[in-house]
Amino acid sequence: MGNINEFFDTGRTTLREVEQRLEMPRREFLQFCATLAATLGLPAGAEAAVAKAIEAAKRPSVIWLHFQECTGCSESLLRAEHPTLEKLILDVISLDYHETLMAAAGHQAEAARKDAMKANKGKYVLVVEGAIPTKANGIYCKIGGQTAIEMLKECAADAAAVIAIGSCASWGGMPSTISPLSDSSPTGSEGVAKILGKPVMTIPGCPPNPYNFLAAVVHFLTFGKLPELDKLGRPKFAYSRLIHENCERRAHFDAGRFAMEFGDSGHRQGYCLYKLGCKGPETYANCSTLGFGDAGENNWPVGCGHPCIGCSEQGVGFQKPIHQVAKMLNVTPPLQYPRIVEEQGTAASFASAAAVAAVAGAAAGAAIMLTRNLGLSHAAEEAERAKAAAGSSKPADDKAGA
Amino acid sequence: MANNNHAAPAPLGGSLVNAVTLICGVLIAIMVAVLLVRFLFGLGAVTALNDGYPWGIWVVVDVVIGSAFACGGFSVAMLVYIFNKGEYHPLVRPALLASLFGYTLAGAGVIFDLGRWWNVWHMFSPWSFNPNSVMFEVAVCITLYIIVMWLEFAPTFLESRERQETRKKLNKVMFFLIALGTVLPMMHQSSLGTLLVVLGVQIHPLWQTPALPLLYLLSAITMGYAVVLFESCLGSSAERRRLETHMLTPLAKIMLGFLAVFLVVRVADLVVRGALPKAFVPSVEALMFWLEILSFAAPLILIGAESNRRNPARLFLAGVLLMLGGALMRLNGYLIGYETNIDGAGGFTYFPTLAEVLVTAGMFAIEVLGYIIITRRFPVLPREDVQAAH
Repeated sequence: MGNINEFFDTGRTTLREVEQRLEMPRREFLQFCATLAATLGLPAGAEAAVAKAIEAAKRPSVIWLHFQECTGCSESLLRAEHPTLEKLILDVISLDYHETLMAAAGHQAEAARKDAMKANKGKYVLVVEGAIPTKANGIYCKIGGQTAIEMLKECAADAAAVIAIGSCASWGGMPSTISPLSDSSPTGSEGVAKILGKPVMTIPGCPPNPYNFLAAVVHFLTFGKLPELDKLGRPKFAYSRLIHENCERRAHFDAGRFAMEFGDSGHRQGYCLYKLGCKGPETYANCSTLGFGDAGENNWPVGCGHPCIGCSEQGVGFQKPIHQVAKMLNVTPPLQYPRIVEEQGTAASFASAAAVAAVAGAAAGAAIMLTRNLGLSHAAEEAERAKAAAGSSKPADDKAGA
Repeated sequence: MANNNHAAPAPLGGSLVNAVTLICGVLIAIMVAVLLVRFLFGLGAVTALNDGYPWGIWVVVDVVIGSAFACGGFSVAMLVYIFNKGEYHPLVRPALLASLFGYTLAGAGVIFDLGRWWNVWHMFSPWSFNPNSVMFEVAVCITLYIIVMWLEFAPTFLESRERQETRKKLNKVMFFLIALGTVLPMMHQSSLGTLLVVLGVQIHPLWQTPALPLLYLLSAITMGYAVVLFESCLGSSAERRRLETHMLTPLAKIMLGFLAVFLVVRVADLVVRGALPKAFVPSVEALMFWLEILSFAAPLILIGAESNRRNPARLFLAGVLLMLGGALMRLNGYLIGYETNIDGAGGFTYFPTLAEVLVTAGMFAIEVLGYIIITRRFPVLPREDVQAAH
């Protein structure tokens, strides 16, 4: 009998390499691949293709640009609780240029970028983090003497795919916030697609769920193309549904149970945050179905009691006041909400009890008096009739004329 | 209708200002003041209503009991026009007048109780109809019946010479209006019982039964005759008129017939459902149940004998007791036997506020005042001197 692994692909030999390279148990690696496949909404069995793609030694070159941002997107990718996630990021892809993570500095760093671009021309993946300032020819953000606009255009020219990560790169994000007193943001910040003049894949969010980014990248590695996108360039697997649609607090919304202020009894009982300004009803993202940072499913703003601010949605996040009530895109709740503690009613007041008693007493008294009078007059009539005895005793009888 | 030789109705005449009308006027003024506060600041400002008791005495007394008291018109009209008992014809107009007020006020009373009363017109817009709703049926029937009743009563206002043409036209369709005026109240009086049936276990077993529509209908007809006895005796002694005993005595017999059928159905239902033992558990519900049953049963003893039925005092008392019984049955079903602590999470309490009582008092004051004004100024009651001279 030969080696069982020759008949059945149990992964013992094929995955050994990746096991060593990622210092990750095989089982955990396969679970990770299955998670990514599930996030992407791929059919059963696709995790094998994902595993094969990740396992392949050939890692795509990734150039990661930073412009007007806070590096929160990179941080969220690195701070993920999954123990080997950072290893995976660095090993699945060949991160050739990333200003925060690379050891190189100055001219050396720029040289590394140019080398990678030349060596992987037409094959590298360009990831952009941060908005691009456009006012005054973009002088508000310069790297190595190049403005953000120039650098983005240079890197995008030969990229196989451009991915805008975070709301800033996707549509301008917080830097693009326009003050009511002005008609543009201070630096005229724009998203990547606007600068390049062509649609790119966007992963909006502040920061976005790292799995949405990873899943999109792995889709690219596995199938050689980006996942299906909506009209704003967002992958449909993550951004096709409103947060509200799958929210864990949705039942409270439907039942009309709302937290009215922070710390009230409704808030403490986990009631719907709509009245506190939750933007879930007008924000498309999978926050309510995909936990953030591997720390359990409650680890997102709504899960820990703060209304969603709509960070991923242009025109909502950073634009609408945080506690302004969201515009409902589907069902609108009634204008009048029940209170959290309903009054149970009060017992009779002295005045009302007295009034009821007075009305009942007056009615009873009047009825008795009238009955007595009717009885007396009847008795008198009967007596009179008895006295008169004969003929004319009967009153007019209307039946006679029938 | 048989061609009975009745005295033609005539206005009573007399002053409209006396102690009774003044008291009524004051009560109505207080009601208007309370209602102003209610419509400006909402139900919570004046009523004791809460989530557990969305219906208080404005619905139960003013509408449910008020409309049952207003069944006199329908009960007598049914007797005269459907069963062709022409001898009771002089009772139709006064009974119809009382019903007219009772129903019109019941319809208005519903609006007082509507939280968002400005939406009331939705009920009459066909695109908002919900034909599966009991409330819808009650609302539509009551509205139609109010209109039908005003038309039925319209000849009273059309006695003058120049209005004879209109009157003739109206008389041509009167048979249809009378038929509608019998069917509509039968429909919604039974539906007022159905409203409780749909509340299920929230209603105490002594008052919750699938037979409620029948019980409410039978009791409403019985109460209709009781109201005629009450109103005729009260009216005669208040206006110093001859008592209409010659009509009330046989009417009371018919009333007892309906009452007997009602009591048989009521008790048989309790026995068949096995709910009767609940009446022997010491509780507020049991006490109220016995008060109700005794009020219904007492008239059988009080005017059971033909000689007793000739005594107006007994007729009056029987009428009052039957009205009380019917009112208690409705009050018990809708409020006393209404349980809000179904899941054991703590029940609600309700007792009307002074303001609510004053509005209900004002509603009854409108009825009394309207009755006095119309009988003194329009031909409703039969002419006294003609009748006496006959």
